[in-house]
Amino acid sequence: MGFYIVQFLTGLSDAATLFFVAAGLSLIFGVTRIVNMAHGSFYMIGAYVAYFVIAALPHSWFSFWGGILAAALVVGLVGVVVEVFLLRRLYRAPELFLLMATFAVVLVIQDLARWAFGPEDLLGPMAPGLEGSINFLGALMPVYDLVLIIAAPLVLIAIWLLFNRTRWGVLVRAATEDREMLAALGVNQKWLFTSVVFLGSFLAGLGGAIQLPKGGADLLMDMNVIAAAFVIVVVGGMGSIPGAFLAAVIIGELGSFGVLFLPQSTLVMMFLVMAVVLVIRPYGLLGKPEVHDVVPEESFESILRPASRKLRYIGLILLMLFLLLPMVAGRYQLILFGEMAMFALACMSLYFMMGPGGMVSFGHAAFFGGGAYAAALMTHYVHTPMGLALFLAPLCMGLLALIIGWFCVRLSGVYLAMLTLAFAQICWSIVFQWTGFTGGDDGILGIWPAKWASNEVIFYYLTMVISIGGILLLRFLLFTPLGYTMRACRDSRLRAGAVGINVTRHQWFSFAVAGVFAGLAGGIYVFSKGSVFPDEMSIPRSFDILLSVLLGGVESISGPIVGSSAFIWLEDKISHIGFWRLILGCIFIFLVSVFPQGIGGYFGTRFANFLSSEPEKANGTR
Amino acid sequence: MKTRKIIFVAVAVVFLALLINAPAVFAGGTIKLGEINTYSKLTSFTFPYRNGWELALDEVNKSGGVNGKQLEVISRDDAGKPGNAVRIAEEMIRKDNVALLMGSFFSNVGLALTDFAKRNKVFYLAAEPLADAVVWAKGNRYTFRLRPSTYMQAAMLAEQAAKNPAKRWATIAPNYAYGKDAVKAFEEVLKAKRPDVEFIAEQWPALFKINAGAEIQALTRANPEAVYNVTFGGDLAKFVREGKLRGFFKGKYIVSLLTGEPEYMDPLKGEAPEGWLVTGYPWYAIHTKAHTMFLKAYQAKYNDYPRTGSVVGYNMLMAVANMLKKAGSTDTEKMVDAMEGMTFEGAFGPVTFRKIDHQSTMGAYVGYTAVKNGKGVMVNWKYLDGKDYLPSDAEVMKLRP
Repeated sequence: MGFYIVQFLTGLSDAATLFFVAAGLSLIFGVTRIVNMAHGSFYMIGAYVAYFVIAALPHSWFSFWGGILAAALVVGLVGVVVEVFLLRRLYRAPELFLLMATFAVVLVIQDLARWAFGPEDLLGPMAPGLEGSINFLGALMPVYDLVLIIAAPLVLIAIWLLFNRTRWGVLVRAATEDREMLAALGVNQKWLFTSVVFLGSFLAGLGGAIQLPKGGADLLMDMNVIAAAFVIVVVGGMGSIPGAFLAAVIIGELGSFGVLFLPQSTLVMMFLVMAVVLVIRPYGLLGKPEVHDVVPEESFESILRPASRKLRYIGLILLMLFLLLPMVAGRYQLILFGEMAMFALACMSLYFMMGPGGMVSFGHAAFFGGGAYAAALMTHYVHTPMGLALFLAPLCMGLLALIIGWFCVRLSGVYLAMLTLAFAQICWSIVFQWTGFTGGDDGILGIWPAKWASNEVIFYYLTMVISIGGILLLRFLLFTPLGYTMRACRDSRLRAGAVGINVTRHQWFSFAVAGVFAGLAGGIYVFSKGSVFPDEMSIPRSFDILLSVLLGGVESISGPIVGSSAFIWLEDKISHIGFWRLILGCIFIFLVSVFPQGIGGYFGTRFANFLSSEPEKANGTR
Repeated sequence: MKTRKIIFVAVAVVFLALLINAPAVFAGGTIKLGEINTYSKLTSFTFPYRNGWELALDEVNKSGGVNGKQLEVISRDDAGKPGNAVRIAEEMIRKDNVALLMGSFFSNVGLALTDFAKRNKVFYLAAEPLADAVVWAKGNRYTFRLRPSTYMQAAMLAEQAAKNPAKRWATIAPNYAYGKDAVKAFEEVLKAKRPDVEFIAEQWPALFKINAGAEIQALTRANPEAVYNVTFGGDLAKFVREGKLRGFFKGKYIVSLLTGEPEYMDPLKGEAPEGWLVTGYPWYAIHTKAHTMFLKAYQAKYNDYPRTGSVVGYNMLMAVANMLKKAGSTDTEKMVDAMEGMTFEGAFGPVTFRKIDHQSTMGAYVGYTAVKNGKGVMVNWKYLDGKDYLPSDAEVMKLRP
């Protein structure tokens, strides 16, 4: 009996740290709508700062708790700095763009932390006076875990009081409900937002600092906590603090008891829970349906129109350049260009469902990596010829996308995105764990192109034909009735439904199309690399694709192509340098501030006049 | 508007020019070596590792280089992604004209490069990747591996562990290939020596996301007499701390892979576990001539003590330099022929690259942990030569394609 009590309490104490982080994240999202990727970095800074403060002072009760509080305050201020100098300038940009800005912050903090705190892992200090354990019917339980178990509800109550008993709290709740109305009533939202970001970051720092006696500080903890924090926020309902608490307890307990019965379940348990919750309750356990539906008031998107004559010429010239490239470029340049093209196709497929389809996916790598695996498995086990594998891989991914999409299209906004993430993670863990069939994380090797295509120039042309062909086909689809219907569904579900369009079915279908083309990109990718590993399906890969699309701009068709080329090129050029993530992060921040419509979007608008054909200008259209 | 256009065109031209910059001209007086590792992650290993090969590079170049040529290392970060590593390898081969490839940490990156080396007939020395497949299941003519593999290190531990009377074993290992291989190899070797042992519980925490409290409870419930641990880094710290608080280690015989390495033991400071059987690197107590020279040079250059990574980096570059001397050429086939069966003097003493599977015989130190002056150390250790912990030649032949 003692064993189960201790196991239960252990789950609760795990839940406590997660709750601090998730509560902050949920708070920030609820009010500012920022999907704050940098929250994990704040957590990491909290741990490091607390460690050094505690180490600098004589070891005592005061220095320990003072250090934790100081760390939380410092992190709160870091949050304020990020908000005031970066995010505040971007509130008018599409919400997703903020995600990219926060991701840039993640990159910057990763390298700054390495520079400031050193490369070594640090073991956290114990809490003075709380070093021991308590015996529960024969099983030992660390005292500090009990402190955490008590602290979490106290923080929950404190937040509740703050929200329900202070004027500030009332204003924050009002901002959560209806930002425009609050602004109309003359409340200065700027500082309201800043204070919320402060509180949210404070909580992240607190989480990082307070877990020190349970572990320590290392440079990977930012990425390790962020996924769990997002899952908890989404399971609890975005913006709901009690929901985050409930979800943290559920996830903590499932983790605690899950390892008893299924020790191998550690990779996927959390994501399974999220998938189940989202399928049953689309807005999380205690969340409310979003009042404003998907469309932002101010959309940057200009009306999509077929390419003008000039644009076609430009396209043609570019195409010619690509075809002539092998005459001038070395083999490595061909490979780099080939990779850009494949990546552009993957990004285009994400853009297809994200831009015109209005469905953001955080798990697109499931289809990209899935396509790579489908092709690799077919080649490896049944020696499918390359051509056939390249044909079947997208079909398999289309099928997978139909299955996943069936669940996802019932949701919208961030919830949809998180459900795609959950499914992607489930697919990833299947590939990762099923060592006998997929090779686990040792991957599948030796998947090189067929003999007729093994010449690098021929393979380059093959890549170009498939990638550019795929991109043009996707582009073409946007101007078919399907494309127009998709945009109608995105812009107004209600009206689209009223004129007799089956909204869900169209979204489902576009989801599947996106899966097919991502699978195609993955299929050709595996032949260019010769091997495939589960990391092609993992969360970071999904974010690579997402970031590229955002970098180029969600609102222009050329965006994904420009963005992905820029992404690969930057990665290739910058990774020569020592602190390249810092530089990449700064470049992202620069791009985000200068081109809030994305690079492609910026040039699209800038040269709109130049690009549009003469008769259109004469007719007075934009 | 006009100036904007000009700027735009200029930017585009620069962009294209950078993309299609012509392959670098082959430098006459130097031999270029391509080195790829995960410098943006796992810094506690990769930074000392870089120090290690930079030290060796200095030594080689100061003593006149190789065959009258200086060595030059082009070092790149793969961010832990096999796809990136393959692309960087392409770039190094095609553009930088490196003579060979070396390095990498993660097994999957190592395997991707192994396959790349095979297809492109490029010499590749895998420094750290521990996966057995690098030299066995996926081994090929062009790939060599320096570090004692998962199998070898697990076998070293299992041999010592077999002397302990414990029969009921539990295992805890990170949930990925390295962890799984390490447990499998240990179980295999231990069971072969001691058919009476049984493995009664296992835990597979996600890498760097250990749920230490809960997993230790789960292991406690099975009531094992001995525990085999494969977790490292942050996971190890949590495992040790929770285990102590929960009285888990009391009266149990603990065997732990890599825990004696300074990278993983030093962060634990005074809380380092005591009496565990571990593999590691007791740099403070090795007094062989080769190691003393290495240690002095390292401390003089960096004002810091070496970690295991430093030795791996140092030995890697030394192996390559010796091979180049022997081959007298940067022709891949000649380099491979020179490397096969070659013996060189590393920081741990002589190391041979076996002809049969291209695995080096670099060994590891096995001993027990203790705490001295508030620091974890290894005591009663001995150096086990890698050549004694490899399967028989017949078995190796079966494993290699």
